[in-house]
Amino acid sequence: MRAADLATAVVLMGLGGLVMFDAVRLGYDWGSDGPKSGFFPFWLAVALVVTSGLIVVQALRRHSPQPFVSREQLRPVLAVLVPATAMVLIMEVAGLYVASALYVAFYMRWVGRHRWITIALLALGLPIATFVIFERWFLVPMPKGPLEAWLGL
Amino acid sequence: MGFENLFLGFHIAVTPFNLFVAVVGIMLGTIIGVLPGLGGANGVAILLPLTFTMPPTSAIILLTSLYWGALFGGAITSILFNIPGEPWSVATTFDGYPLARQGQGGQALTAAFTSSFVGAFFSIVLITFFAPVLAEIALKFGPPEFFAIQFLTFSSFVGLGGGNPLKSLVSILLGFILAAVGLDIVTGQLRMTFGFTELMKGFDFIIAVIGLFGVGEILLSVEEGLKFQGTSTGMNLRVVLDTWKILPRYWRTFVRGSFIGFWMGFKPGGATPASFMSYAFAKRFSRNADRFGKGELEGVVAPETAAHAAGVAAMLPMITLGIPGSPTAAVMLGGLIIWGLQPGPMLFKEKPDFVWGLIASMYTGNIIGVLMVLAFVPFFAAILRIPFAILTPLIVVVCAVGSYAVHNSMIDVWYMVIFGVVGYVFKKLDYPLAPLVLALVLGDLAENALRQSLIMSQGSLAIFFARPISGVIMAVALLFFALPVVTPWWRRFRGGSVGTPAPRET
Repeated sequence: MRAADLATAVVLMGLGGLVMFDAVRLGYDWGSDGPKSGFFPFWLAVALVVTSGLIVVQALRRHSPQPFVSREQLRPVLAVLVPATAMVLIMEVAGLYVASALYVAFYMRWVGRHRWITIALLALGLPIATFVIFERWFLVPMPKGPLEAWLGL
Repeated sequence: MGFENLFLGFHIAVTPFNLFVAVVGIMLGTIIGVLPGLGGANGVAILLPLTFTMPPTSAIILLTSLYWGALFGGAITSILFNIPGEPWSVATTFDGYPLARQGQGGQALTAAFTSSFVGAFFSIVLITFFAPVLAEIALKFGPPEFFAIQFLTFSSFVGLGGGNPLKSLVSILLGFILAAVGLDIVTGQLRMTFGFTELMKGFDFIIAVIGLFGVGEILLSVEEGLKFQGTSTGMNLRVVLDTWKILPRYWRTFVRGSFIGFWMGFKPGGATPASFMSYAFAKRFSRNADRFGKGELEGVVAPETAAHAAGVAAMLPMITLGIPGSPTAAVMLGGLIIWGLQPGPMLFKEKPDFVWGLIASMYTGNIIGVLMVLAFVPFFAAILRIPFAILTPLIVVVCAVGSYAVHNSMIDVWYMVIFGVVGYVFKKLDYPLAPLVLALVLGDLAENALRQSLIMSQGSLAIFFARPISGVIMAVALLFFALPVVTPWWRRFRGGSVGTPAPRET
């Protein structure tokens, strides 16, 4: 827990430094007609660096034997996160409907070990429901791929 | 006073279409409140794109009804499954779950819904009277006053939010920094884009809400390996009527809870501490104090009344000042801007039909809401019997759909994934997420208020203290910021009294 706390605080300090760097480029002082663009970000970044620095000090002074995440805990988290990321990747090429069908089917089979018939129903039902509600009723377009083009939707 | 305004509002809220919208909103909201990983804020965020084509009043009625539904839904999981769907229902589990285990789930649920209704109703009545007055005062506010109020908003997260004040502060700063990314509308310069064109339009807080609360929450709940050990609801008309006969006995708890809820609620992050405070007070003043925690009905009444009073009160600063009191109110505020309305005190003058339609819909929405949840509890409880391997991918897909729909952009879906991971890490390390979201929403407003104030004063910060209203607000805000430093000393001085634990708001 302590290592993760330290790492996060250090990353935040770094982020603060980056923002400060950009704010200096923009100018953080008084311009001809008021504060320059970098004024607000600069002082935010200064405060962020100071506060995360204090968190680093706090974390260093405190010991916590509990790990940030155990191996058993991390497995299900990655089981959600990795396929979800893959889904977004597929979405870029094949559109939302195909990607979500594949994702639902994969997760239900791999993690839930559901029967294929249940999987087929949901993996097809969800994209169809999304299509009807978003695209037809509320006229909100979703990303589409070659399949939709072939179907002429 | 403005009773004719309220009548005008009812005229709008009680049309068949708007009543239908309210019913749909409450239905969806309760489902969202019951589901793990979805709550009021991200439920509203995901449905926001669907309201783009609706008239603004119907749109806000849909979103607020969703919010009421989510508030009711939180009580169902707390009592039947010992899983607080929202942080402010944590205190409800203390006595609600034991009651359900003793076969009195129906009684506990009836008490919870009725208390929620009473608390909400109390706050709505106060909003009806206070909102126009507050808006009238706010019309005289200049940039320094608005900046002072925003300063107060964030100081109360640091001072009253509980948890580590440094981490609350980091969340706020990070939110403001993310808000500043992109085009600076005042000078036309690009800030913190580092040459990436994708960063030009900045980060949308709606995506942040979906990622931080939706995806992040899902990751947390799969990590904990959720298993729902539900008890049966045991709800029927007899139980409801019998419980209603007992409830008037607790009128003191109702009154106390409502006041605590309203008072805590119109400041940000108030619902959770309000529910704990109300519970602690009820326990202290109750004759059955020793039965608290083992299944005392009063222990359900107290937190639920306060949590709902606070949840409704969070709408007050949103409609009068344009400053949201909770992440959910923040998303609604974002909706207002998308529908072409300018949030703030002028809304009462320019769009009275919208404002009063909204206020009237709070009455109708909560009445419909309490009746619906009482009638359909078994249905809502059954949702949690859906296997987790089905719910999880469904929720992730719904989040992705919602993120894409806001701007029709794929980059937002990637941001959602990133915010999801950040939300998971932050939640585990006790960084509160609500201040981050509010800062992201208010970033531009706060920065403009600060800039304009400084231009007015030629760069002197004294302007915030020289003007009477902003001076008082700033003084209170500074006091809140100082609280985490001062309180330990004060405790030691008084001989270490223990306060109520207040987990964080999401």
